Parts: sequence; structure tokens; C-alpha cells
Amino acid sequence: MMASSYSAKDEDGHITVSGPGGGTLRNKKPENTAFKQQRLPAWQPILTAGTVLPAFFIIGLIFIPIGIGLYVTSNNIKEFEIDYTGDDTSSPCYNCAKNFSWNNTKSCTCTIPFQLDQPYESNVFMYYGLSNFYQNHRRYVKSRDDSQLNGNIDSLKKPSKECEPYASIDNKPIAPCGAIANSMFNDTLTLFYNDPNGTSVPIPLTSTGIAWWTDKHVKFRNPVGTNSNLTAVFQGTVKPVNWHRPVYELDTDPENNGFINEDFIVWMRTAALPTFRKLYRIIQKKNNMAPTLPRGNYTLVVDYNYPVRSFEGRKRMILSTISWMGGKNPFLGIAYITVGSVCFFLGVVLLVIHHKYGNRNNSANISN
Amino acid sequence: MFRKRPPPEEERRVRANDREYNEKFQYASNCIMTSKYNIITFLPVNLFEQFQEVANTYFLFLLILQLIPQISSLSWFTTIVPLALVLSITAVKDATDDYFRHKSDNQVNNRQSQVLIRGSLQNEKWMNVRVGDIIKLENNQFVAADLLLLSSTEPHGLCYIETAELDGETNMKVRQSVSVTSELGDPNNLASFDGEVVCEPPNNKLDRFSGTLYWREKKYSLTNQNMLLRGCVLRNTEACYGLVIFAGPDTKLMQNSGRTKFKRTSIDRLMNTLVLWIFGFLVCMGMILAVGNAGWEKEVGSLFQSYLAWDTPVNNFLFSAFLSFWSYVIILNTVVPISLYVSVEVIRLGHSYFINWDQQMFCSQCNTAAEARTTTLNEELGQVEYIFSDKTGTLTQNIMTFNKCSINGQSYGDLTDPLETQPKRLDFSPFNPLADPDFCFYDDKLLESVKVGDSCTHEFFRLLSLCHTVMSEEKSEGELVYKAQSPDEGALVTAARNFGFVFRSRTPGTITTTEMGRTVTYSLLAILDFNNIRKRMSVIVRNPEGRIRLYCKGADTVLLERLHPCNQEVMSITSDHLNEYAADGLRTLALAYRDLSEDEWEAWSESHRFADKATDCREDRLAAAYEEIEQNMMLLGATAIEDKLQEGVPETIAVLSLANIKIWVLTGDKQETAVNIGYSCKMLTDDMTEVFIISGHTVQSVRQELRRARERMIELSRTRDGVKEEGMQGWREPCFNGNGFKEGQEGGDTAGGSGGGVGKQLHGSPLPPPLPLSNLMDNISGEFAIVINGHSLAHALEADMEAEFVSTACACKAVICCRVTPLQKAQVVELIKKRKKAVTLAIGDGANDISMIKSAHIGVGISGQEGIQAVLASDYSFSQFRFLQRLLLVHGRWSYLRMCRFLCYFFYKNFAFTMVHFWFGFFCGFSAQTVYDQYFITLFNIVYTSLPVLAMGIFDQDVPDHRSLEYPKLYEPGQLNLLFNKREFFICIAQGIYTSVVLFFVPYAVLSNATQSNGVPLADYQTFAVTTATALVIVVSVQIVLDTGFWTVFNHVFVWGSLGSYFIIMFALHSQTLFRIFPNQFHFVGSAQSTLLQPVVWLTIALATAICIVPVLAFRFLKLDLKPQLSDTVRYTQLVRQKRRKPPGRNTGSAWRGTGSVSEGRLGARGGSRRSGYAFAHQEGFGELITSGKNMRLSSLALASFASRHSSSWIDTLRRKKHTHTPPSTSGECSPAPSFISVSVPPLSNSSSILGGSQETPIEEETVAAPAQNTQMIPASVTQTLPALAPDAEAPASQVSAQATSSGVLTPTASKSQGGDSPGGWTLSLGTVQEALFGWKVIASRASSSNSPGPTSIAKETNQIK
Repeated sequence: MMASSYSAKDEDGHITVSGPGGGTLRNKKPENTAFKQQRLPAWQPILTAGTVLPAFFIIGLIFIPIGIGLYVTSNNIKEFEIDYTGDDTSSPCYNCAKNFSWNNTKSCTCTIPFQLDQPYESNVFMYYGLSNFYQNHRRYVKSRDDSQLNGNIDSLKKPSKECEPYASIDNKPIAPCGAIANSMFNDTLTLFYNDPNGTSVPIPLTSTGIAWWTDKHVKFRNPVGTNSNLTAVFQGTVKPVNWHRPVYELDTDPENNGFINEDFIVWMRTAALPTFRKLYRIIQKKNNMAPTLPRGNYTLVVDYNYPVRSFEGRKRMILSTISWMGGKNPFLGIAYITVGSVCFFLGVVLLVIHHKYGNRNNSANISN
Repeated sequence: MFRKRPPPEEERRVRANDREYNEKFQYASNCIMTSKYNIITFLPVNLFEQFQEVANTYFLFLLILQLIPQISSLSWFTTIVPLALVLSITAVKDATDDYFRHKSDNQVNNRQSQVLIRGSLQNEKWMNVRVGDIIKLENNQFVAADLLLLSSTEPHGLCYIETAELDGETNMKVRQSVSVTSELGDPNNLASFDGEVVCEPPNNKLDRFSGTLYWREKKYSLTNQNMLLRGCVLRNTEACYGLVIFAGPDTKLMQNSGRTKFKRTSIDRLMNTLVLWIFGFLVCMGMILAVGNAGWEKEVGSLFQSYLAWDTPVNNFLFSAFLSFWSYVIILNTVVPISLYVSVEVIRLGHSYFINWDQQMFCSQCNTAAEARTTTLNEELGQVEYIFSDKTGTLTQNIMTFNKCSINGQSYGDLTDPLETQPKRLDFSPFNPLADPDFCFYDDKLLESVKVGDSCTHEFFRLLSLCHTVMSEEKSEGELVYKAQSPDEGALVTAARNFGFVFRSRTPGTITTTEMGRTVTYSLLAILDFNNIRKRMSVIVRNPEGRIRLYCKGADTVLLERLHPCNQEVMSITSDHLNEYAADGLRTLALAYRDLSEDEWEAWSESHRFADKATDCREDRLAAAYEEIEQNMMLLGATAIEDKLQEGVPETIAVLSLANIKIWVLTGDKQETAVNIGYSCKMLTDDMTEVFIISGHTVQSVRQELRRARERMIELSRTRDGVKEEGMQGWREPCFNGNGFKEGQEGGDTAGGSGGGVGKQLHGSPLPPPLPLSNLMDNISGEFAIVINGHSLAHALEADMEAEFVSTACACKAVICCRVTPLQKAQVVELIKKRKKAVTLAIGDGANDISMIKSAHIGVGISGQEGIQAVLASDYSFSQFRFLQRLLLVHGRWSYLRMCRFLCYFFYKNFAFTMVHFWFGFFCGFSAQTVYDQYFITLFNIVYTSLPVLAMGIFDQDVPDHRSLEYPKLYEPGQLNLLFNKREFFICIAQGIYTSVVLFFVPYAVLSNATQSNGVPLADYQTFAVTTATALVIVVSVQIVLDTGFWTVFNHVFVWGSLGSYFIIMFALHSQTLFRIFPNQFHFVGSAQSTLLQPVVWLTIALATAICIVPVLAFRFLKLDLKPQLSDTVRYTQLVRQKRRKPPGRNTGSAWRGTGSVSEGRLGARGGSRRSGYAFAHQEGFGELITSGKNMRLSSLALASFASRHSSSWIDTLRRKKHTHTPPSTSGECSPAPSFISVSVPPLSNSSSILGGSQETPIEEETVAAPAQNTQMIPASVTQTLPALAPDAEAPASQVSAQATSSGVLTPTASKSQGGDSPGGWTLSLGTVQEALFGWKVIASRASSSNSPGPTSIAKETNQIK
């Protein structure tokens, strides 16, 4: 290790140097190119009052109108939210929530009346919301088999070990496997309009078109076996533990059954945050004249299947209209207005500082 | 790997020609090994070395963690791919390096040498040479090992060696074998030689050897004079035989080379510290999150188990927390991405190429470009505080040129027209066929003077051609080669040769010259040799006419004391000239002669012989004898030799010291020489407050001298401070306002940076309150210099003196260490490294500089004349000292700047990237879920953000190159470590963390409630991931846009390309095609489209970007506006100038004019302290060698050719001279009638006049008296005011002097006709010369005071005299 630093080359050098005397000496002069001489033409921006201050004003002037626009748009969106968790004794779902047990075969139903103060024009979107539900937990997120969900027969029979401990029961593969699928939200929500004349009109809810196009058409596919019948294809698999029905009985519509059932797809798109909402149904606008949801009294009927009390979760039903920029989102508008104002204000402050203290040094040195 | 080491040697016993006997001692063989690995050990050793890097071990550890499924939060490939890449690249590089080391080892070890084995010479490889072998060396061969010289082909067992490789001294040295062995001549005798040498064990002392040779029951003591050391080259000796005493690693050369050190830059070290800190930070984060995980699993997770069961091995929250800790360590490891190290290397490599490519560091004469031999040190070039420079070959070219002379009070050699850039070189060839064509001289007055036969001039050159110890070699007629012991002597003899006094050859008793075309043989009666105390040498010769004359040359200080009193006038003029020369940094010698009568000579030679034969105190007696005769001499004049500095050395030193870099000169040369060079390269100036010389020989005296120097400094600086306080107000303004700006511009005038230096020091210590001594030393104001010699340095470097020495030396502006050994050079460097914690740079060109080059942080080798050993040991090499300023101020500065900017941005970027995970941890149950897609994590550092920052790290420039040379103060941030230090690091990290907060919480706030325009919520994990990732990439791109100050086309391509590649790669990874092939690998199918089509997402990204960037922008603007750095100001003015469309050439011009004026200042002399530049770089003893005839190669061939050329009776004369000591008769048979000589040689008399007839003496004295008075009247500062002379005053002055000279050297008749009214017109005209000479000085002083036009006053003066 303690190699002496003396390099044998040292002695050699002398000889090699004195050697090449008569030979044609290659001119070793470096090339005179802009690149090699570091003289590349270059733009050299510099932060001066002339560039920075206008930038602040421009940012301010752009952000404030955008913010106002966003804020107004957001305020025009109507949103109604109802919490039906039922941990309050006064809540209609209290009994259902309290008496829940996984073994119940018959679902408990509760009815929640509510009132809309304003008519909801255009399409109304119906969401369910969960709180304190950690769909973004690492073990939860990875607990799925995309290959199985994409209709791969091998994966259907032999789910990835990522799905553990929801991969198989008694050596029979679970379809769909994994914790995500296992915990699928399975409350059924229905809406009734209480006509002023006393009748209760069910509101038609569309259950398709609620998932991403790529999810529905690319990511999720039913396994294609020799048989086109889903029941046969899923032969040999078992339903997830918490499910009441196997995957091929989620819907009657073959285009919305099995892995491509949109409720399932929506659930499988895990949320980023523990409090989230997922699109449940769409209330299509009927005709141009009447609002989709007129003012008045409504009833929400819940088939209470999904327990959240154990982990202090909450369940909500949300009705919302939509604008070009999506649902109600006051934060964005306020943030834009704030940032815009701050920029503008900063611009003014910097301008003052610059005029009072800043200019001296630079102008003094220009003369040099 | 190693055999058991034998115990350290007490003494070494070597028996010649007896391998069996010597093998008992297991001496090292002559095989050297500098390589580190062999094929088998390479992999384990190299990997072991690589994993000693903290970073590599860290990544290995992470890799292992990732293989545990319960912990792994990322795929294993995110770590292993880059790690493997890094390891293999490094391994390949190491392997190549070692391969070349092997190759060169082999080459050296396999060199052939002739070894005497069993009575016959056999070729043997170097590595097979054993201790005790006798080897034969031939001319110009390298000495293979440390040898005891046994015999040589030269008479008396002499041989000549060049030790340049060893100690850097280029003059040849002579070695002599012990007399008994020198007779062993041929191989047969040597084969039977069985002497035994007992000597000291191997050591590194180059100039010492002590041992004893036992042979035939007799003892002979051995000294260094008998040794030939490895690394030397045999010169001028046909062949010689030597006994190997030390071989291979035991040789003094190898013992003198320090240990290999892997050099790291301070940024490297800082980076390693920071990586450790970050690691600590990482652990803290992990702990926080693990605690969070424990809490969450206990409070929430345990209840959530119906939906999310715990993993099988996990049964409680504590274990889960433990695993989560490691998971987070993996996720957060990207705060120190492995690409950091790779990128740093790439950037350094780029900078190295720029250094190699720099045309302005290319030397066209020697066709060498600068070379960065180490690619890992570039940014340290921007932080250098101390430069340790070798002298010979580094500052100087080691070429001595005869530059000026003063003959009998007349100075020659000044450029006739200083404004003319290319003065006309004198052509000697028509006048003198024997002239050396390489000789340069510009003043034709001198040649005129020789041609007209001025007796003083002739005598002057005659002295130069006689009084020396040079040997000549004349291969063919007229092709003379002088072998001078010191280049000084060579220069003087060559000068004499060109001016018509050609030294042809010498024998022990004669010197043959060709004087103005006539061959003259002088008989050499005695050589009064040089030594350090005498500082002079003399010869006593008898000319063909039989007159005996002593010629003496020596240091002015000693010589002027020994003149005859009647020399007063000439002496005062000459000593003025000497002062001028010395102030120009020339090495001066005074020349004198003395005529001896036959009686005087006889008497003295008797006493000399007596002294010579004395057994006790021979030295002293000889010295006394010499002293006796070297008296009452007549001054002939003085010579000034220029130790030619390399081009631009004073300018470079001035610029570097303006950049606050301290320059120490460490040289093996003598004190006088070193000091002289110190002056000529403006390290030492006469403006300096004091120059201390430390030359004590004992610890006590050195300590005392140091202490005294320190006390004196404090005292002087106190008085200065007192003065300065008054001038404070005046000083402060430029200091504060200019911020070094003004100093930079005016740097040219304040030669040596005195103005700048004072200003700065003042800035640093406005009012020193009473401080303890050590602090006081840091605040010394005033300019001091210290000169310390090797002996004292040895004491000063002892442990208990170190501190004292450092504090004293560092308070000085200039430090010169002379007579230092190679190892001492390294020790000094180590000392500063240790004590000052400053970045050091060592620059040198010889093998003696290797240890210094290796121990300094940065070693620079000058690829000059002295081989390329230093270059091979160095980190950077180029061929001119002046390139150092470009290397440091341009390349170093840029490298440092770029590296710092790179690191700042890099840490910022990775914290911004990684810390998002931390915040997300609070929302995902501390489960170590990543925010981004794993591909994004893998690619972020490698693809999406690496190239723009690399482009910045490679191409960025804050100010153009000529600006950083123009304002050396721009270099200071690097020395003070301002651009990247712990504070900057924390700022970067804080900014990164801030960005990560924004990047997480803005999308969080916006997306948690947002939906797509078709009602689908945006708060799903994949949308969130894509939004955050996009925002991150955009924010860091905007940040690099802000950071990049120099947008070349590469920056544009890389910045926009990286952004583009992000989107392209993302869309590709999220595409259906890839998903269809690997559905389990690409979960994010379709996320890109559905996310990036949403206006809300873009609004979110814009918002996050604005929140991240606006404060940064505001902060930077404020900093720039209120507290601009010098570089900002320079940049700004540059911009303004560009806008005004001034031609850039003007700026460059002014930059160089700034430094150029330094050199102008150099030409102008500043008068001052008398410094003797008597700088014979040789040792004493040569005179003795010559007179004893030992070194005469009287080979029959030479004699024959000599005899045939000259008259055949020459040998007879020679013999006669040898035997009788009588002068050869002046008969024409031995030489052609020396009519010319008899004319030119003054008559034999002791009269003081060198001007001619004694009857003219009174007049002469009278006329000369007047100027002498003038001299006294003129204040000593006259010479100082000279350079300040207005050109109009200078021109007439030189006119007058030229005119005077021409009249002065006219033949007597001519001058009589001119000044016919005077009886002694000859003398008068000479008086006029002197008058004129002084006259123009007077005018000079007057002109500077009154601005009166010159000519009138000259006329006045001349009239007065008449």
C-alpha cells in the first residue's frame, strides 16, 4: 500500500523528451474554435431592475384576473354534501352503522331526507366520499395485480404475490386479488325526488362514463377464455373476502361487468389522500327546459354495507355541478389572487427599494 | 504481500564483487515498483479502495436494504444501475493508470547497464543489479543506482555529473574517486577489487555521505565527493566504473520522494462532510417518520386492518415502525444521489479539457500546450492562497545573459531607444569570426569602443577572457564550446569572446586567447579561487611581454573596498551603475586589476607557497595570502548579468499578489541569487518596509532572529498604523466603493500590488486594538519580506519552532527560502497546509521539486529544460510560469465558480425532489409510499435534470476571461470559500425544502377537491404523482434558467431538451403499448394524457412554480441591487459596454495595458539599497583543479590538433613555463608580433591612471572632480526619479550621452582636432563624457522639479566646465 510516490516514468521522461529531435513535430497547438477556447456565443442574462420589476408586475397582472375568473367560476358551481356515516344517534343510519357485521347477508337500508335550495342545472355528478381511508398506504397501493385485471389468464389463476394476503383462499385464487379490490366500496345509493305533490320520484342515475377512458378500455379487461361467458371464465376463482357477490355478478350489463365494471374501476384508481371522493353516478340532464335537479326535497336511500366506524372513517354523498375547470374549487382562485397580489406588491416594494438604495452602486461603476 | 521486514539497518556493509557476502544482508534490489495492483489483487484491492469512499459504501448499504421486500419501497434497479456504473468506470480508470505505471516500471527496470560479472562486462537489466556490483557507465547515461565512483577514463578518477534531476542545479558537478581505486582502470583490475565499504544506512540526504572503504588492510574515508547518485547523468566523461552501494528503493533519489498521496480538493472534503451530514439528516427524517409510523399503526392502522392487514412478519406497530424507518431511508436517499459524484467527475473532466485546449496557455516556442494531468483538482485552482515556486527554470529560464556593463565609468547596454520594441541585435560575425552566434547585445557603442581600441574596454574584456575557471572544447577550428561551472561565468566568457577576446584553451599553466584576431598566450601564475567568504576570484597572469597582472572579479561589496584610493571617481560612478543594475535585478560583478612587479610577485608567491604547504589552518593561511595581494587594485568596471526571467514573470507575480495569493520562492540556490531574483521579479521591492534575513546556524539563533523580526514588524506596523489613522478618511472611500475594482485597474502602476495590498490590509484591520501576539501577527500592516536559508529552515521546521516560523513568515508579503533541500521544500508546504489550512500550489520544473509538487494541494510542473520529471509528478503542466495566472485566475476561478454553482443547484434540486416524500408521509400513514412513479425517481437525476446542470457546470462564466485577469480581486471569493460553504449549503437546502413544501401542498390543496371537466375527481394517486412530478421538473428547470448566467447553445439544447425529454419519456411510459407488453410494470397507463389535458393541472403547476420562484427572484434581485459582488458589478458593466457597442478589443487592450505597465516600471530603475549580486553559482575548488592540471584532458589528439594549429614551439614554451616559471620571451616565434597588445595594454606602473600618460593626471583629476561634487549634490533618489522622467527630458539626455560617448572613444588625434584649444584634449573629452553622464542626471532631477527643457542646461553645464 505504501507505494512510493516516485514514479519510474520520471526517469523515463528525460529520455523520451530528449529523443524526438529530428522527427516531424506535430503542431500541438490547440484548435482555435469557439468551443475549445470557451468563447461560444452566449446570452448572458442578468437580473436588473429593468427585467425583474416588470416581471413582477406582469406576473401580478396575469395572476389576479385568472384568480378572479377562477373564483367566480368556482362560486357558480353548486355543490351539496351529506354525511351518512351514522355515528350520531340522530342520524338515520345510526342503527345500520352500529349493528354492522361482516356476516350480515341482508343489507341494512337507511333513508336520509335532504333539501336542495337551488335548482341544479346541467349534468349533476354524484360522488361518494370517504374520510380517513388510507387508499394511499404503500401496502394498500401495491396490493393489486394489474396483469390479472388486464385479463391475463395466468395471473387470474395465479395472482402476483403483491396481492398477499388477499391473493388466495384455500389455494384458490381470488379474483380480483389484493387489498384494494377486497375493500371495494359497496354501499348502494339511490336518490328520490319528493315531488311537492307527495309522490317520490326515483332519479335516474347513469353508472357508466364515470371511469377514465384508458382504464375502461386499456387497463381493465375481462379475461378472454374459450367461453365468452364470464361465469365460466372466472371458474376456479373465488370472490374477495369482503365481497357479497363475485366479480362477474357486479352488473347485468356485459359491458359493465367483471373487471370492467366501472364502479370497480373507479375504486381501483386509488386516491392520493386519505380523504377523497369518487364519482358514483351521473344524473344526466333530461331536456333543455327543466333543471336536472329542481329545488325541493329529496331522499337518499342507502344500502349500508360498508363499515367505516371501526377506523373512524366517514362516508358522504356529494352532488355537484361542473364547469370547464371541474368542480367547486375555491382554493385555486384565492391562491391565484393572493400570489398575484403579492407579486404586484413585491414589485412596488422592490421598485421603491431600488430607487432609494439600489441604483447607486451600478451607476457609479458604469462610469469606470 | 510483503516479506517480513528486516530490522532497520544500523550500517551498511558492502563488499565489491561478492554477491554471496552481500546477500546475507538482504539489501533491496535495484528493482523499483510504483504500481499498486497486479492482475490477481486488482479486483479485491480496487473494490476495497473504492468502498472506502463513504458514498460508495452508503449506496451498497442501500442496495442491500432494497433487497428486503418488507422494506423495499423502491425497485432495486434504482440504485444498482448507477452504482455499478460508477464502480466500473472508476475501476477501468484505475486499471489503466496502473497499467501505465507497470509499463514505466518495467521500462526502467529493464534498462540495460553494464555490470562487471566474473571479470567481464555483461549487459544486465537495471533490476538485476545488486548491491556490491561494479557497473560501467558511459557518457550521457543515467546512473542506475547510488554508486561509489571507483575509476574513470578521465585523469585522476574525475568525472562530471549533472544533478539536475536530483537537486535542480544545472551546473555540472565534479566527482572524484578515491585515489587508490582510480588507478584500477580496466575491468580486469576491477574484477579483482574486493574492497569493503562500511557506510551509513540509506537516508535522504543528498549532499552527505560518510563511509569507509577497507581495502588491502587500509582504510579510506569516503564522502559525498565520491558518490554518483541515481538520477544523475554522466557528462563529459567517456566512461566510469562504480560500486553499487544503495539500490532501488534505498537510493537517495527514491528516499527523497515522498509518499503517494491521493489528492482531494477541499470541495471534495466538504462534500464528504456534507454527505455525512445529509446522512444524519436522513436518519433524523427516518426517525421522525418511523415514530409517525408507530403512532399511526397503533392508532389507525390497527383499526384499519379489516381493509389492510399487516404484512405477515409484522405483528406490532413497533416492528412496523422499524421497517418503515429503513423504507424511508431508501426513499429519501436521493438527497445524495449517486449521480452527484459522477456529475462532479464529468464536470472536472470538462474543465480539464478546457485547460488542455486553451490556446493562450500554449507555448509556441516549445510546442507544448498546457495539460491537466489530474482531472480532479480543477476547482481547487480557484482557491489557492499560497504558491510555492521553484526559482531555476520556473521563474528564470536558467539562461544568463551578459546584459550591461560599466567600463571605466561608462555604462553600456542600455537600449538606445527604449520605445523601439524590437531593438536591433548586434551582428558580430563580420568583426569576429569566432563570435558565438547566439549572443545578444544591443548597444553598438560598446562594439565601437572595442573597435577603436579603447584600452579600458580591451582590458575589461581581457579580464573576462582570463579570469575564470571555464574549460573550453574546440572540436574543430572556431567551433568553441565552453564548459562553465556556472552559467554566469559562461555568459561572461562568451561576452568577451564576442567582443574579440576569445578564450581558446587552457593548460594548467597557460591560458590561450585570441585577442582581436591575434593569438596570445598568457602564462597562468595563480588562481586565487572563489569561496563564499571571499566572494571574489582572481588570476595572476604574465602576458607575453612579461608583465605580471592580477585580474580580479568579485562582489562589488568586497571588491570596492580593495581598490587603490585613486579610483575614487570611477568607483563612485561605477557604484552608481551597480546600483542601477542591481535595481533592475541584474547580477553584478565588479572587475579590477592590479599590476604586479616581478619582485612583488616573487614575494607573494613565496608566501603563497608557504601557506599552501601548511598543514594546519591551510584555508585561513591561504585566505590571508590572497587577501594580501588583492589590494590596491584598479577598477575596470562592472558587469551585469541578467538571470533571464521567464516571460512575464514580474507581471504574473504582480497580478497574483493582487489576487491576494502569497508567493514563496523555495530554491536550492544561494541566498544572493535568490534575493536577486526576488528583486528582479518584483517580489521584493525597495518600497518594502524591511527585508529580514534569517541565517542562524543554531536553534537558538534562529529563534532569536525570528523573534527579532517579529518584534520589528509589530513595532513598524504600529508606527505605520499611527500614520495611517490620519490618512484613514482618504483611504476608506476608494476601498469601500471600489471593492477592489479600482485597485485592479490601477494595479499596473502599483508595481507588485503595493497599493492594493495596503488598501486591503487596511480594509481588513481598520484599527488594531491591543491584541495578543498571535493575533497581532495576523494584522501586521506594512510590507515585509523574509529570506531564510536552508540551515535556519531546518531549525525553523522543528516542532517547537513551527508556529513561530509560520506566524512570522505569513505576516510577510514575500518569503524566500534558499539553499533548501527537496525534502525541506515539501516540509514547508506541509507546514503551511497544516498550520494555515490554506490551499497551496507548488510549481517547479526539476526533479528536486517533485516532493514539493506532490505534497502541495496542487502541483504544477513547468515543462522546461530540466526534463519532465516534475511534469510527470505534477497535476498540471505548462511551459511558462506566466500561464499560472491564466490557470488560476481564469480556469481555476471558473472551475470553482462552476463547481459551486453546480453543487448548490444539485443539492437544492435533490432536496426539492426528495422532501416531497417526507410531507407525503404524513398523509399516507407513514407507509413510505413514494409520491412519484418509480421510473420518474430513477430517471429524474439521470435524465431529466442532469444535463442542464452539467451544462451549467461546464460552460458557465460569470465574467469573461480577460475581465478576471483585469480584476484579480475577483479571485478572492474562492480563497475565502464564499461560493460554496456550509452556510451556502444550508441556504440551498432550505430553498430545496421550501420548494418541496410548495410542490406538495399546492397540488394537495388544489387537487383534493378538484375534478376533471368530466366530473372524475383529480385526487387520485396517479394524477397527483404526475402533477407533482411535472411541477417539480418545471420548477427546477426554471431555477436552472435563473442560475445559468451564460447561455451557450448547449445550455439551450440541454435545458429545453431535458424538459422535452421529460414529457416525451412520460408519455412513452404511460403509453398503452408499453402497458400491453408489461402490465405489471407500467401502472401509470394513460395518466399523462388525462392529467395534462386538464387546465386545472396546468394552473396548479403555474401556481406552484410562481410560489417557488418569486421569492428567489426577489431575494436575488435585492442582493444584486443592494450588495452586489464584484463579479456582479463587472458583469453589469460588461453588459452596459456591450450595449454601448464598444469594440471589445478596447477592453482587452486596457487589460493588458494594466499589467503591461508593470513591465515598464521594471525597466525604469529605482535606486536603493546596495545589493551585491555576486552570484557565482559554483563551488570553490575549481581553481585548484585547474592549476593542478587534474581536469585537463591532455589527450594526444587534442594536443596534436592544438600544436598543428599554432606554432609548433608552443609546447616548448609550455614546457619551459612549467619548469622555470619564467615568462616566455617575447620573441615572435611563439606568437605573432603582439603589436596590438602592446598598444592596448597600459604601461606597467602603479599609477592610478588608466587613461594614459601620467603627465595628464592632474588635469584629469581636476576635471573629474567637478562631476564628483555633482554626484554628492544629487540626492540618492536621482535614480528613483529617472523612470518618472518625461520623455522630452530623456531624449536629449541620451543624445548628449551618445554624443559624448562618440567623442570619448575617438582616437586622440581626432579628439584633439575637435577640442583643439586644450592641451590635454584627450582627457578633456573624456571628462566631458563623464560630465555629460552626470549632467543628464542632474538635468533629470531638475527636469522633474522644474520641467525646464534639458538641452539648455546641458549646454550650461558643459560651458561651465570649459
